[in-house]
Amino acid sequence: MKRNIILILIGLALALWPLGGYQEGIIILMCINCVAAMGVSILTGFTGIFTLGHAAYMALGAYTAAILTVRYGISVFPSILAGGFMAILVAWLIGLPTLKLTGDYYAIASLGLCEAIRLILENWQSFTRGSRGFPGIEPYTTRGFAVTIFIFLAIITFNFLESRLGRELKASRDDGVAASLMGFDTHKSKMKALVISAFYCGISGALLGGYMGFIQPSMFDMMKSTELTAVVVFGGLGSLSGTILGSAAITLIMEYFRDISQYRMLIYGLLLVIIMVFRPEGLLGSREIWDLKMGVKK
Amino acid sequence: MEKILLEAQDITVNYGAIKALSGFSLKLMEHEIVSVIGANGAGKSTFMNALMGMVRITGGKFFLEGSPLSSKNYKIVRSGLSLVPEGRRIFTPLTVEENLRIGAFSRKNRNEIRDDYDWIFSLFPILKERLKQYAGTLSGGEQQMLAIGRALMAKPKILLLDEPSLGLAPIIIQNIFKELKRINEQGVSILLVEQNAKQALLLSHRAYVLQTGRLLKEGFSRDLLEDSDIKAAYLGQSS
Repeated sequence: MKRNIILILIGLALALWPLGGYQEGIIILMCINCVAAMGVSILTGFTGIFTLGHAAYMALGAYTAAILTVRYGISVFPSILAGGFMAILVAWLIGLPTLKLTGDYYAIASLGLCEAIRLILENWQSFTRGSRGFPGIEPYTTRGFAVTIFIFLAIITFNFLESRLGRELKASRDDGVAASLMGFDTHKSKMKALVISAFYCGISGALLGGYMGFIQPSMFDMMKSTELTAVVVFGGLGSLSGTILGSAAITLIMEYFRDISQYRMLIYGLLLVIIMVFRPEGLLGSREIWDLKMGVKK
Repeated sequence: MEKILLEAQDITVNYGAIKALSGFSLKLMEHEIVSVIGANGAGKSTFMNALMGMVRITGGKFFLEGSPLSSKNYKIVRSGLSLVPEGRRIFTPLTVEENLRIGAFSRKNRNEIRDDYDWIFSLFPILKERLKQYAGTLSGGEQQMLAIGRALMAKPKILLLDEPSLGLAPIIIQNIFKELKRINEQGVSILLVEQNAKQALLLSHRAYVLQTGRLLKEGFSRDLLEDSDIKAAYLGQSS
């Protein structure tokens, strides 16, 4: 309860703090990235399935929302939800055969999937306008809207991770055999995690489209996918607050160093190396931020 | 005659060309403790894994209260069997409390689950003290208690234990076996697989002795304790 209030306060601060246009943009971007990172965190951090293809679900969400609003004139909120559900649908279809893969094999499959979806978007000219991109999206992602969705999803996610379903995911991450001995259908648990994480990424993609006003397939390439997973590892696997912190930090750094953009990737790489050397378990490890204060040790 | 709770008929398991278990049959009555003893590689754990659907059986059938048992392991758990696996396999990065709650996963009634917490704390009071601690920080004996508690949270008809004495000090083993007896007295049937033949025979009502995948002997535990062959082979006493 206390946590929910703190989150809402953070949300109010993010939404109402008087800021200039550029700073406001950064906050919107931060929220968008955090939503996607939370999705990947559920799958990678809490279910233990590495993915290198979640940008594909962002792309699906972005294109679904864009096409629905621009071409069919459907209002914004249902379109964003539709983006999320489109990601769910595709994730479910893809998860059925591929989630039987264990270990690193799923990561490889997800890599292929990401490229496949990007290539379809790039080549289905008549529907998506291909690599020329999709312009003219109404700028529906305002600061208040992005922050509201981010905080809303964050509260849901924190609570969900402590629920029955959350424990189910953590159990199949820690010991699949023992989890199935507890009565879990572990394949189904993984499916649930994948579908939920795809939904978050779909929403995030739809918000990104509404912020940029223009989307193109190359925004959702392998780089974006690896960035999503890198952010989760950076924040600490199995720590949602770590994921949010990590995602916010990376977004801020990437944006504030835009002036020296040729060195940006250098800084990003350096940051990852520093984390690997000094905190191999990520910013917060597998603890949440309030556990740190209490000094709980693993 | 008491009701037959679990029946295994002619269970055969092959690992490739190797026959791990050939035609082993077993019966477990209501309120009974049955142990399966034998040396390394006798097929004890294989039997347990076959029962829980973790390895595919080549031949034979399992029946729970007269109806055939599913071959999917999560369905088996939901039908009332709960295994304390060999080597405990508790979720070390989670807290004691989370481990116990995960055990109750297949149940819905919250009040009953709350009562069962108290039941488990009455069996293993140490778990209550350690509730918020990560399971990986517990000692071996405490981890075994947690594994048993976790299995009991599923409110099983039959509690299965695979080598609960593994890697524990004798005094802890005695403690745990004492609690197993109490658990049984409260209505849970127990099927126990053990290398520690003496402890197992002292606890159980009946026992089966396995040797290289075949049934060597079966009978009442107190008779087996006096059996000269068993004494020589498993209890470390010459007859």
